[in-house]
Amino acid sequence: MAIENADIEKIAVLARLQVDPNEINDYTNSISSILSLIDQMQQVDTNGIEPLSNPHDATQRLREDIVTCDNQRDAFIAIAPATQDGLYLVPKVLD
Amino acid sequence: MTSKTLDQISKDLAAGTYSSREITQDTIADIKTRDPIYNSFISLSEDLALAQATAADVRIKAGTADILTGVPFAHKDLFCTQGHVTTAASKMLANFVPPYESTVGQRLLTAGAVCVGKTNMDEFAMGSSNENSFFGAVKNPWDLTAVPGGSSGGSAAAVAAGLVPAATGTDTGGSIRQPASFCNLTGIKPTYGRVSRFGIIAYASSLDQAGPMCQSAQDAAMMLNVMAGFDDQDSTSVNQETPDYTADLNLPLTGLKVGLPKEFFGAGLNPQVAQCIMAAVKEIEALGAQIIDISLPNLELSIPAYYVIAPSEASSNLSRFDGVRYGYRCDQPTDLMDFYCRTRAQGFGTEVKRRIMVGTYALSEGYYDAYYVKAQRIRRMIKDDFARALSQVDVIMGPVAPSPAFDLGSNTKDPVAMYLEDIYTLSANMAGIPAMSTPAGFVNGRPVGLHIMGNYFAEAKLLNIAHQYQQVTDWHLQKPPSTGLAASNQEKGA
Repeated sequence: MAIENADIEKIAVLARLQVDPNEINDYTNSISSILSLIDQMQQVDTNGIEPLSNPHDATQRLREDIVTCDNQRDAFIAIAPATQDGLYLVPKVLD
Repeated sequence: MTSKTLDQISKDLAAGTYSSREITQDTIADIKTRDPIYNSFISLSEDLALAQATAADVRIKAGTADILTGVPFAHKDLFCTQGHVTTAASKMLANFVPPYESTVGQRLLTAGAVCVGKTNMDEFAMGSSNENSFFGAVKNPWDLTAVPGGSSGGSAAAVAAGLVPAATGTDTGGSIRQPASFCNLTGIKPTYGRVSRFGIIAYASSLDQAGPMCQSAQDAAMMLNVMAGFDDQDSTSVNQETPDYTADLNLPLTGLKVGLPKEFFGAGLNPQVAQCIMAAVKEIEALGAQIIDISLPNLELSIPAYYVIAPSEASSNLSRFDGVRYGYRCDQPTDLMDFYCRTRAQGFGTEVKRRIMVGTYALSEGYYDAYYVKAQRIRRMIKDDFARALSQVDVIMGPVAPSPAFDLGSNTKDPVAMYLEDIYTLSANMAGIPAMSTPAGFVNGRPVGLHIMGNYFAEAKLLNIAHQYQQVTDWHLQKPPSTGLAASNQEKGA
């Protein structure tokens, strides 16, 4: 399936990636050729075949809803790029 | 320099020939001297390693050592190491120091193995050549103009160069087996769910598996004994008893049924690689195996289906890298959207961004059924092909890759050409079956690996076959010319 620069711009927003105007043609071309490779799938008749999401057809294992480890807030906060008073800092969302 | 096997080092340590501290110091000094040739390491963990080695020596003296106690190894830089930087070969995580250890890492630490450092790789394990690394490409010790394969290319080069006796790798679409093949190593991708994924930075969670990369099947069995096992912190870990993988190594191959799928020997296969593989199959036959022609009719579909499933899962997994909690963050954001978009644009490399966008597209509204669900249906067809084949034969053999290691820079312009290199490896990940590579010859000085695939949880059988093959061949004993360890190769006619 051929895609255009405008499609890449839309996908990039969804993926939260800024794409440089001088890179966009490269992405459009390479992703178009990847999508043509992928489109080989469309010729295959898969009617009646169940999708496989886990090789063992396993389902989500559940456990008791109990605390299994200590609060590690300090360890996690210590590796964050910007924090204050034990909270993560991000650009202002509301004025 | 370490051309010794894990098995030999383990015996030397037990005999007191040298201490863990001595071999650890020598290993680190050797990496500092020689790795600038290969660029196989991203970082060394010298202080942690020496502390682990000292503790190992205490255990050895006290008589409480396990088989890997005191033995040095390296982790692919995708395994979180507590207190030591873990990058996934990305600018995004260039300064990330994990607050916890991966389960595999913890199991190796508990066994007393000594992690000397973290190896180079394709960024977030996306690549087949190790050229997609923020820390630069890795060179193949067998030919410094060739790629080592990927994504576990640093682990492969480090072991092949004799810098460490063994290393961990991960395999989502061939990332243990293809570099093992390109660098003349024994590498095994276990059954999906056999080795815990906890603490391994996720690429495509329904396909990812970790395994060892070693100089022999014996060493791989020793490593897998420690790495494998149920982990309740990995929701897809399989709760099944782990056998002793060294126990069956010496079983004879009499009566073994080996399937050769015709799709593994088609037009795309380099004829000299085909010759190596057929010669290896003859050796296996001479050991008592029966060779049977089989078919895996949907093999070619593994490429398009994989390149939907893996990027889709990656786009979801990599959404966690947002510049808020850890990792890279951009300067001077104007608002939250600008903050996310520039952090991710600057933190990720080109191939990673490409796969995130392909996955985002495949999962976006209106396309999910046509791409992701379609790929999952094809995935079941591939699994069913293996089930049929493995009802007729015990194992399946073929090449790992269509050609030996290709030249550095030769496939970097065209991502699709690079993806086609994965034709023989992807299907084992799609089906979730175990698969391995064992050295089987050379083409123009570049190694060729024999691919052995088996049924779910048949790791011991695969290792048994590789070990028996290694008893009657010496390909796995050959050393690369660039290491200076190769003097005797010529005499052996390598």
